[in-house]
Amino acid sequence: MTRLHTVTKGLVLPVIIIIAWELLSLSIHNSYILPGWELILPVLLHPAESLFGGASLFENSIISLQRVLFGFMFAGAFAIILGLICGWSEPVNEYVNPLVQILRPVPPIAWMPLAIAWFKIGFGSLIFIIFIGAFFPVLISTIEGVRTLRERWLEVAETFDATTWEKFRTVVIPGALPSIWTGLRLAFGVAWMCLVAAEMLPGTSAGLGYLIMYAYNLGQIQVIVAGMIVIGIIGIASDFLFRLGQSRMFGWQGKE
Amino acid sequence: MTDILVLKGISKRFIDENTVCQALSDITCTIRRREIVCLMGPSGCGKSTILRILSGLDTADSGVVHGCNGEKTGNIHTAMVFQEHGLFPWLSVADNIAYGLTMKIRSRSREQIKRKVSDLLSLVHMEDFASSLPHQLSGGMKQRVAVARALAVEPEVLLMDEPFSSLDPFTRRELQDEVLRIREKLDTTFFIVTHNPEEAVYLSDRVIILTRRPAKVLKEIEIPQSYPRNMAEPELIALFQEITRLVSTGST
Repeated sequence: MTRLHTVTKGLVLPVIIIIAWELLSLSIHNSYILPGWELILPVLLHPAESLFGGASLFENSIISLQRVLFGFMFAGAFAIILGLICGWSEPVNEYVNPLVQILRPVPPIAWMPLAIAWFKIGFGSLIFIIFIGAFFPVLISTIEGVRTLRERWLEVAETFDATTWEKFRTVVIPGALPSIWTGLRLAFGVAWMCLVAAEMLPGTSAGLGYLIMYAYNLGQIQVIVAGMIVIGIIGIASDFLFRLGQSRMFGWQGKE
Repeated sequence: MTDILVLKGISKRFIDENTVCQALSDITCTIRRREIVCLMGPSGCGKSTILRILSGLDTADSGVVHGCNGEKTGNIHTAMVFQEHGLFPWLSVADNIAYGLTMKIRSRSREQIKRKVSDLLSLVHMEDFASSLPHQLSGGMKQRVAVARALAVEPEVLLMDEPFSSLDPFTRRELQDEVLRIREKLDTTFFIVTHNPEEAVYLSDRVIILTRRPAKVLKEIEIPQSYPRNMAEPELIALFQEITRLVSTGST
């Protein structure tokens, strides 16, 4: 009941914006500036239809999702391993941390020229951009997760004569997992944004970002809006899945 | 009764920034097999430090600990029950109890572990909660699980650091009775740090009282009464008062 209520509350503003949008578009009557829903909805409702003689909205979404998943998993795996090591070993962290702090504020998209030089236009350079975007949130959350482990858990392991590896496996990893999961969730959001931005740059030939830029060049604003809506929906859906996983797997968090 | 644990001249100091703090100076005492010994003293006197040394979490600066065969610290087989936050919140009750058994050093088969865990679950009356997670349990139940987990590795001495101090009085008494029952059944030796004189009088064969830091043994008091004890007995009341006085003044 309360859940339904929250969802309803969340829908109020989007509905108001949709209505206001439609009213404005009717009064402006210029589909290059504000296309009405009668133009946007058909694009959204026929996602499998070829656009501009090329790939459909659905196909472009799948291409983008494949790229983001690939880069995200790659970045996640590296960041978790490095994060566990840095969180566990202060000396290693002292070597790694300054570099991380310098690289972290650089917007992933600023790497694009170098990425193209190193990996050529296309899949390789896009994966690299996603990697950069997803890497740091996971790394930082993992380090944090290991650092904030309860000392007591490690002591318990020690009183049972756990070896270093056993402590790592039975305490450090499971204890840091909720924090790592949060990092993954943040990272997926960042990766998704980076990907779409990177796809908008010249040289790409598929994906949601590409579709938006292509539609812009053709003056098809309703396709741009439809693409943005799909980007938003995929973003919120993935976030929902991460949160679902969080409550399923780490129900103990904050209650220990 | 045979001695199971002998502490001789244990001292320990902590160095914090520039200040040196002598926590323990020359602690000498003996725990005998199948005994329940309570360790008391003014707060901050280093009671927990003694348990940490016995469990291997800390090392003494000087002095020796040895077991009945004269082994040195580390070879004496102990297990520890902490006041709280000792259970792994991501493991079920059964997996928490099995935890110590899964360590390589003990190399138990899956079957052996399963059997042992189910025995322990019934020992502490937690059969119905085998697959529950710790956060779904009450404070008393959590401590039952912690006791079972420590007993799983069959320690010669079970160390307990203020195990029941965060429980309500009724649950506390229930768990104290549980300790007495476990001793009857398994012949376990208990070494318990407590700040509750009532608990010490109700539970222990002997109470060891420490001085303020740097801590030494101030006095050892035998409690000769048989179990179960009636706390209204004048002798126990007198002991309770004496222990309370010794702990609060820190001198005879």
